[in-house]
Amino acid sequence: MGLIKLIIDGKEVEVSSGTTVLNAAEQAGIHIPRFCYDKELSSCGACRICVVEIEGMRNLVASCVTEAAPGMVVNTETTAVVEARKMVLELLIADHPQDCMTCEKMGDCSLATYCHRYGVKKSSFEGVQHSYPLDDNNPFIVRDMNKCILCGLCVRACNELPGKDNLHFANRGFDRKATTCGDVPYVDSDCTFCGTCVTFCPTGALTERSLHGTVRRWELEKVRTTCPFCGTGCNFDLCVHDDKVVGVMATEEAVVNGRSLCIKGKFGVDYVHNEKRLTTPLIKKDGEFVPASWDEALDLIADRFAEIKEKNGPDSFASLSSARCTNEENYLMQKFTRAVMGTNNVDHCART
Amino acid sequence: MLLLVGTNTTEAHPVIGYRMKQAARRGAKLIVVDPRRIELAEEADYWLRIQPGTDIPLLNGLMNIIIKEGLHDEAFIAERTDNFEALKETVEKYPPELVSEMTGVPVDDLYAVARLYATTDKAMTFYTLGITEHICGTSNVMSIANLAMLTGHLGRPHTGVNPIRGQNNVQGACDMGALPNVFSGYQRVTDPAINEKFEKAWGVPLSDQLGLMIPDMFDKANEGKLKSMYILGENPVLTDPNSNHIRSGLANLEFLVVHELFLTETAEYADVILPAASFAETDGTFTNTERRVQRVRKAITPLPELTTWQAIIALSNRMGYAMNYSDPGEIWDEMASYSPSMAGINYDRIDAKGIQWPCPTLEHPGTGYLHSGTFSRGKGLFQAIDHVPPGESPDEEYPFLLSTGRILYHYNVTTPYSPGIQSLWSEERAEVNPDDADRLGVHTGDMVKVASRRGEITTKIQVTDRVPPGLIWMSFHHTASPTNAITSDAVDPITKTGEYKVCGVRVEKL
Repeated sequence: MGLIKLIIDGKEVEVSSGTTVLNAAEQAGIHIPRFCYDKELSSCGACRICVVEIEGMRNLVASCVTEAAPGMVVNTETTAVVEARKMVLELLIADHPQDCMTCEKMGDCSLATYCHRYGVKKSSFEGVQHSYPLDDNNPFIVRDMNKCILCGLCVRACNELPGKDNLHFANRGFDRKATTCGDVPYVDSDCTFCGTCVTFCPTGALTERSLHGTVRRWELEKVRTTCPFCGTGCNFDLCVHDDKVVGVMATEEAVVNGRSLCIKGKFGVDYVHNEKRLTTPLIKKDGEFVPASWDEALDLIADRFAEIKEKNGPDSFASLSSARCTNEENYLMQKFTRAVMGTNNVDHCART
Repeated sequence: MLLLVGTNTTEAHPVIGYRMKQAARRGAKLIVVDPRRIELAEEADYWLRIQPGTDIPLLNGLMNIIIKEGLHDEAFIAERTDNFEALKETVEKYPPELVSEMTGVPVDDLYAVARLYATTDKAMTFYTLGITEHICGTSNVMSIANLAMLTGHLGRPHTGVNPIRGQNNVQGACDMGALPNVFSGYQRVTDPAINEKFEKAWGVPLSDQLGLMIPDMFDKANEGKLKSMYILGENPVLTDPNSNHIRSGLANLEFLVVHELFLTETAEYADVILPAASFAETDGTFTNTERRVQRVRKAITPLPELTTWQAIIALSNRMGYAMNYSDPGEIWDEMASYSPSMAGINYDRIDAKGIQWPCPTLEHPGTGYLHSGTFSRGKGLFQAIDHVPPGESPDEEYPFLLSTGRILYHYNVTTPYSPGIQSLWSEERAEVNPDDADRLGVHTGDMVKVASRRGEITTKIQVTDRVPPGLIWMSFHHTASPTNAITSDAVDPITKTGEYKVCGVRVEKL
C-alpha cells in the first residue's frame, strides 16, 4: 500500500492510501467529532457531525467515509463546518431530554462533549419529543430510548462483534428506533447481555444498571484486571467506588478481547459482594460452624495436619489447588503440599 | 478454516466464539462437529451431528478418505512425523460407509469435510471438553493430532490443534505445578536432577513419588487411607462425576480444610473453613488458554482480611516452614527463577499486556504458537487408534443418553452467586427433543426425574431441537439439580478425566 500526502488544517500529513480523512486527521493529532463512526465497526456516514470542508468539493463531506487523496486540502473547523455541526447538535438536542444533571452518563457523553465544544446550549428547534417508556426490567442494562441519537453504533456493535444480530433499526423518519426484533424489551429478545451495545453507546441511552445511583463517572476508580471466569483471559476495568466493585467496563487496550465481553465478565462479577461471602474462618464444633479468628483457625489446622502426618505419613494428606485462583496461589499450594506436607498429592480440576 | 470438535465456543468461551463467528462471516470455512445444534452450527459450512462418543471413528474416517485420495501432506509426514504406516493401517478399517453408520454423519459430508480440511492451506482445529470428557479422551485428542499431522496443519500461524482451556486459570494452575507429577514449568517430580534442584531451592527433602490424581484421592479417602485434605477453591461435590462417591470420601476424612469464597456443598464437610479473597481483592496473575500470563490487580480491600496467598504463607510459617513473600510479585519471581519456560516473564514486563510462554529470557518476546520446526519429542508420533465405545451407553433400562456442558449464563459454580445472573437464569433447563417430549408427555417448564445407575435428580426441561432424539442435555451449575449426582464415573485411564459427556439415564414425568 502506497503512501499519500495531503494537507489538513494547514499541516502536511502522510498516510497510507485507503485511509479516511477522519483517520488521517486523527494521525495528525486532530480530533474530528463523531457519533456513528467507530474504528472497530463498519462505517455508515450517517450522523454528519464529522463533516469537513475539502477544497474543490461543492459540499461538506463526511470525513469518516471519505478516502484521503493525494494533494487533498482539508479544513476541519471552518465557519461552514462549525455551523453544520451546530445544526446537527441542535437537531439532536431538540429531541433529547435536557436532564444532564441527573443523567447516568454525565461526564462520558459524546453529545454533551460536542455541545460543550461548540457552545450549543439549546436548540432553535421546537417540536414533538419522544417519550418512550424506560426498558429496565432486566438486571443489567437500563435502556432509555429518549436519549438515543440513532447513531447505530449499538446495532453495528451487536451484529459485527458478538455477532448476535439482536438489534436493528425499525421504522422510518421521526419514529426510527434502534431496537430489538419486534421492538420488545431486551429481556424478551434474543439479547445475551454481553453489554457490547452499552460499551459503544455514546449517550445515556444504554447504561449499566449497577452504576446508577453510585457516583459520577469521573469519580470511579478503574482497576485493570483479568476476568475470573473462563480461559479466554479477557481484560477489563473494575469500576470501584467506596471500596466496592460497582461495575465493569471494557477497554480497547485489552489485547485479547478489545471491547468485547460476555455476560459473565461484564455483569457477573457482582458475586464478589454477595452477602453469602465468607469473611471469617469457621471451625466446626459439634456439627455446627462457629466463627473463629484467623489465629485460632490456622493454629488448629497446623496442629491437625502435623499430627495426622506424624501418625500416618505424608501421603495421608492431599490438597486440591484451584484453576480459579492466581498462579501465585497455585504455586504456594503445591509448594506447601510438597515442601511442608512432604507429598506430591496435589491436583486440581485440569482434567475434570 | 476452523474445525470445531466438541466445543460450544460461543457459550463456554464467548469472546473466542465471537471471533469464530466473525471469521466465518468474513468467509473462513467453518466446520462444527457436535451432537447439538449449537449457535456456531448455524454459521457453519458443515455441521456434523455425530452420535456422542464416536469422535474416533469420525476422525479415522476423515483420514481414511484423505489418504485414499492422496490429499495427505507427504513432505510434512516424511520430515516431521513417525509411524505413518501404523496409522494408515488402522484408518483403512474406517471406510466412509461404516463411519457414517457409526457416527450418523452422511457419507457425502464426510467426503466434503475431508477434502476441504486437507486441501485448505491453513486450518485450525479447536476442541474442549466434548473431546476430553470421554473414557477415550486421550485417544480422541491424539486422533485430532493425527489428522492435523497428516495434513501438515501444525507449527505455522493459524493452524494447529487448539484445546481451549476451561477455567480462567486452569492453564496457570498446571503451569505452576498444581499437579501430582510435575513442579512448575512441567518439571517432573520423578526426575532426580529436577527433584534435587527444588530440594536445594526450597531447603527440604522432597518426595520423588508421583502423587495422587483427584479420582484416586477420593478412592483413597473412601478406603480410609487418605486422612486429611486441604481443598482450595474447588467444589468437587458439585463438579466431579458421581458426587455420592465424593461425598462419602469427604465424610470419611479425619480432617478437612476448605478454603472458599462461599459455604459450598464441599465446605459443608470441612472441619475448618478458611474464607478466601476473590480475584478483585488480590494481586497476581492468570494464564489464559493461549499461555498468556496477564495481571490480576487488587481493586478492593480483601473481605476476609487475609488474601489467599497470605493465608497459605501464614499456615506454612505456623508449621515451621518459613515462607517470606511481601507481595505476589516475589512469589512469581521465585517460581520463574526455577522454571525455564517462564523465566523471562515478570510483573514489569506484563504490566500493560501479557506475554505468552515459552519465554525463557528477559529479552524473549514470548511465543505465539508452538511446534514450529519441531515437536517437543522431536518428530510427531502418529498413534494408531481404534474406536472405544463409551463406558456406559443407553440400554433398555436407561434409554436416554445424558450429555452435559456449560451454558452462556453461568460459569461452573461461581455465577449462581451473582445476583444479577441468578435473577435471569437460576435453574437447570435440561434440553429434550420434541419427539421425546411428546412421548413422555412433557412440555417446556415441566419437572422431570432423571435417574441413572448412580442416583436421581429432578430438573425443569426445555423442549428444543438443539438436541437430537434420545439425548438429554444438562448443565451442572445449579445446586437444586446437581447433574453430577448421576453422571458416569467411568474415567479415561490416562488422565482420570470423568466421562461427563455420555451415560445412560431414564427420564420420567413428575
